[in-house]
Amino acid sequence: MSADEELLEDLLAGKHRALARVISKIENRSPGYRDLVSELYAHTGDADVIGVTGSPGAGKSTLVDKLAETYRDRGETVGVIAIDPSSPFTGGAVLGDRIRMASTVGDMDVFVRSMSARGTLGGLSTATADAVKAMDAFGKDKIIIETVGAGQNEIDIVRTADTVAVLVPPGSGDEIQTLKAGILEIADVFVVNKADRDGADRTVQELRDMIQLDEGGGMAGGGGHHSQEVIDAHDDWDPEDDVDEADAETWTTPIVETVATRGEGVDDLLEAFADHRQYLVDSGEHAEQVRGRYAEEIRTLLREDVHDMLEDRLAAAGGVEDLAEAVRQGETDPYSIADDVLAPVETCLEDLEIDDG
Amino acid sequence: MSSEQEQESIRCLVAKVGLDGHDRGAHVIARAFRDAGFEVIYSGLHKAPEEIVQAAVQEDVDVLGISILSGAHDTLLPKIMDGLEEYGAKEDTLVLAGGVIPEEDRAELKAEGVAAIFGPGTSVEETIEFVRENAPER
Repeated sequence: MSADEELLEDLLAGKHRALARVISKIENRSPGYRDLVSELYAHTGDADVIGVTGSPGAGKSTLVDKLAETYRDRGETVGVIAIDPSSPFTGGAVLGDRIRMASTVGDMDVFVRSMSARGTLGGLSTATADAVKAMDAFGKDKIIIETVGAGQNEIDIVRTADTVAVLVPPGSGDEIQTLKAGILEIADVFVVNKADRDGADRTVQELRDMIQLDEGGGMAGGGGHHSQEVIDAHDDWDPEDDVDEADAETWTTPIVETVATRGEGVDDLLEAFADHRQYLVDSGEHAEQVRGRYAEEIRTLLREDVHDMLEDRLAAAGGVEDLAEAVRQGETDPYSIADDVLAPVETCLEDLEIDDG
Repeated sequence: MSSEQEQESIRCLVAKVGLDGHDRGAHVIARAFRDAGFEVIYSGLHKAPEEIVQAAVQEDVDVLGISILSGAHDTLLPKIMDGLEEYGAKEDTLVLAGGVIPEEDRAELKAEGVAAIFGPGTSVEETIEFVRENAPER
């Protein structure tokens, strides 16, 4: 048996060190990691995946700790992936979210793994999605992905989750903030954490107004990361859909108030997660979601591979510097170079017979 | 595929064990490691040996740096080493100790598997250099 086969076997047998090792291989893109991940797929699909995001200091880690504790009390096993930024200069990172996972220390059935944003071009979201698969295959019942909601990358990551909770701390801006595009749109559940603070009521009210505005605007589902197909399927303007879709459920994003430090509201939040899960299954959206996720994985992989091949070609041709210098000298321009470099690829692709085996 | 780029990064757990409540040194090391391009997981204060073992195993760190000023290193560090062994992680984890550890206790800790001990006055450069040279190949 090869080392990787052994590792896979150990992971499936529930050995923590093997799970940790597999996640490292995924993060490092170590030789053979792809075969390992593709073996994992057959063992996945049982875990509920929950994304938790929000601005820095919103209380994500503390809340995740309480969620994990409550799931454990109910006899379920938990995996947590905590994502922190890495330095754009050195690649270094301080991954500090473990500190607040205090309620569950010593309990190996809560498996906390910190990840930094070390990859590029969708690398982090691929690595996260693959780490989720490792935890799923390991047998975790609930997997929580915690990430700062600062940029597009994080939005990609929460797409890995079935249910996304967005934490909105009290007093996080006037109502115009709720009109802006971004992380508020991806929420399946809003959490006003630190609900004992001044301004919590107002924040709840603003979110409520926003949700109502969404519904009044004819958007099914009240936000959330719905694919266009689902929105279309729920579109009451299409008379042909009326028969099938008349009693179709829609999801109204609930607002849950919590005080994570004291564990208040955590049960309500778990209930909201369970409701959303139920909605996903009943409405058929879950299948849609999973399909969309796999489509995205395929695209990302292809993109990464093509990117790597191009980097290799560029390196073989003496690197990008000479080309850049030629542009600087006014001899050519980036568009012409791209056309030249890719011309043979285009020819190849035209000749290629698509093989769907 | 041949063109896949490996993206290995040295992962370190900087840990505080036991009752001592001074973590300025641990913060300085965490920051210096970060600036050296390592991925640093900080444990927080007042951790039990089992908690540190759990974190080291789950995070699959290459390096475990333990800062200890309380004088309880003789009891706490062997517990951590035993815990790592239990999970099969002792072999390929570089364990370092820092803080106040008297000369006469060092041989015993090294016999337990602690790779190096950095006392007061050690420069961070020296520590980083040691990690770069000795981080386990996996």
